Amino acid sequence: MAERDVWIIGTHMTKFGRYPDKDLIDLGSEAAVAALADGGVTIADIDVMGAGNLFEASSGVGQRLQKQIGQTGIPVYNVANACATGATAVRCVFMAIKSGEAEMGLAVGLEKMGKQGLLGASARSDKKTYQPSGRYGAVMSVEGRLGTTLMPGVFAQAGMEYAGQHDGVGFEQFAKVAEKNHAHSVLNPLAQYQKQFSLDEVMKAEMMSYPNTLLMCCPTGDGAAAAVLVSEEKLKTLSDDQRKRAIKISASVMTSDPWTESDQVQPDVNTLTREAAAKAYEISGVDPADLDLVELHDCFATAELIHYDNLQLCKPGEAGRFIDERGPWRDGTTPVNVSGGLISKGHPLGATGIANLYEVSTHLRGEAGDRQIEGAKIGLTHVIGLGSACAVHVLEKATV
Amino acid sequence: MGKQIPIVDYLVLDDGEPHLVANESEVSGALYLDRRNADAKSGTAGFRRRTLANEGTVRTFTIVHRAAPGVPTPYVSVVVDLDGGGVVKANLLNVEPEPANVASGMRVRMTTYPVGTDDDGTEAIAFAYEPAAPSSTTGA
Repeated sequence: MAERDVWIIGTHMTKFGRYPDKDLIDLGSEAAVAALADGGVTIADIDVMGAGNLFEASSGVGQRLQKQIGQTGIPVYNVANACATGATAVRCVFMAIKSGEAEMGLAVGLEKMGKQGLLGASARSDKKTYQPSGRYGAVMSVEGRLGTTLMPGVFAQAGMEYAGQHDGVGFEQFAKVAEKNHAHSVLNPLAQYQKQFSLDEVMKAEMMSYPNTLLMCCPTGDGAAAAVLVSEEKLKTLSDDQRKRAIKISASVMTSDPWTESDQVQPDVNTLTREAAAKAYEISGVDPADLDLVELHDCFATAELIHYDNLQLCKPGEAGRFIDERGPWRDGTTPVNVSGGLISKGHPLGATGIANLYEVSTHLRGEAGDRQIEGAKIGLTHVIGLGSACAVHVLEKATV
Repeated sequence: MGKQIPIVDYLVLDDGEPHLVANESEVSGALYLDRRNADAKSGTAGFRRRTLANEGTVRTFTIVHRAAPGVPTPYVSVVVDLDGGGVVKANLLNVEPEPANVASGMRVRMTTYPVGTDDDGTEAIAFAYEPAAPSSTTGA
């Protein structure tokens, strides 16, 4: 089958934060309507829709959204794929266009989480009479009794494994990641938090799960993001202004985690990221050194550091040196998370995988205001959801 | 002593020294602590039981300070590469929960500890690890 390129012509994200007065669909509608307007199109132009949400995933989120922005009878794919949910919605639209079934589609990621504290840390409900149940024959919750599987601990252990394997990686290097992202967030009005912290403040914040302190963990929150995708053929029929602002999706790759021995008890966030990145570079023909900016999945500071290596942003094993030398700062060799990242911008789960496309597209269009990376031509986005699902997109400023 | 029950069914308490058992794929040799319908490595069905070693090496760790409700903190969570195969996650006991006292590569051995008693007086027993050579656990 002949390959056809897919482009982004419209994109938007709400400011991430906490919205007690708005419901999920309010947030999704705001992002969707604004993305359509940004692309200079209407819901009547849309052939297919992908809707990504986790916390209300069984409620027909896409159809609920249509009732606010336009019911046109098009197919809707409601998807849930952990923290890669938004990116998966994009992938649904991307594949529909790639296959020739659709010419234009809308992907929306939307989430309303509120303030939840530790995800997954629900109160235990120990039984009065111990009875083995489940695949492990457990008689009670094993959290905290057989190690930890809560997110701060899982990603702390992922980081400490890397630290154990490579010189020059420790608490301070992980903390420097958060120092950077909080500093970046000050320039992003859409970030949930815009407050700079010194390295000392990051390191002395409440310890959550060593080496991740509170300031090294992303917050929960609410928000939505949307993107309008078109086929290249369709793009050629649009106006000069629409074509001029269009961003090419040079690679769109998803992976799940292949079998590894340790992955059975401790999620391996590395292998599937490495495989997705390698494939994305191959498909796009882009070399990691060509990237002008990267938005990667810094759910915890430890995660960002190991993804420098997984995404080939540094030499193998040199992620510690990369942050020590300020490579991922906005004035460094490869700016990473100039939006403030999940750590500061926020992480409404379903929205994250489209918000990063918004961020990179906005820079490639030269429309990122105070946080603009000057002259940005090529960018990469990365998300990973535990379980696991990874998505990598390579975006390019190009012309048709 | 009253009746005891293991916190998970892959911990064996009533057959000699407490130890772990895994389901081992007959085709690939991959090890699983839980019940599996097929081997995630080879896609084939067919497993045999295999006793895992009680000694191993710390692959990675974290020190948990904010935990699920009811869990005493701080505590050390470790992922352990067992001698001869198998990877498990558990708490590390008998060591002060400080970064200087834990490190990847540290040798550990399995131990057990009580984690609760139900209304019938049955005591639940969990497994954990402790430093295999106490003298090597400082200044790591």
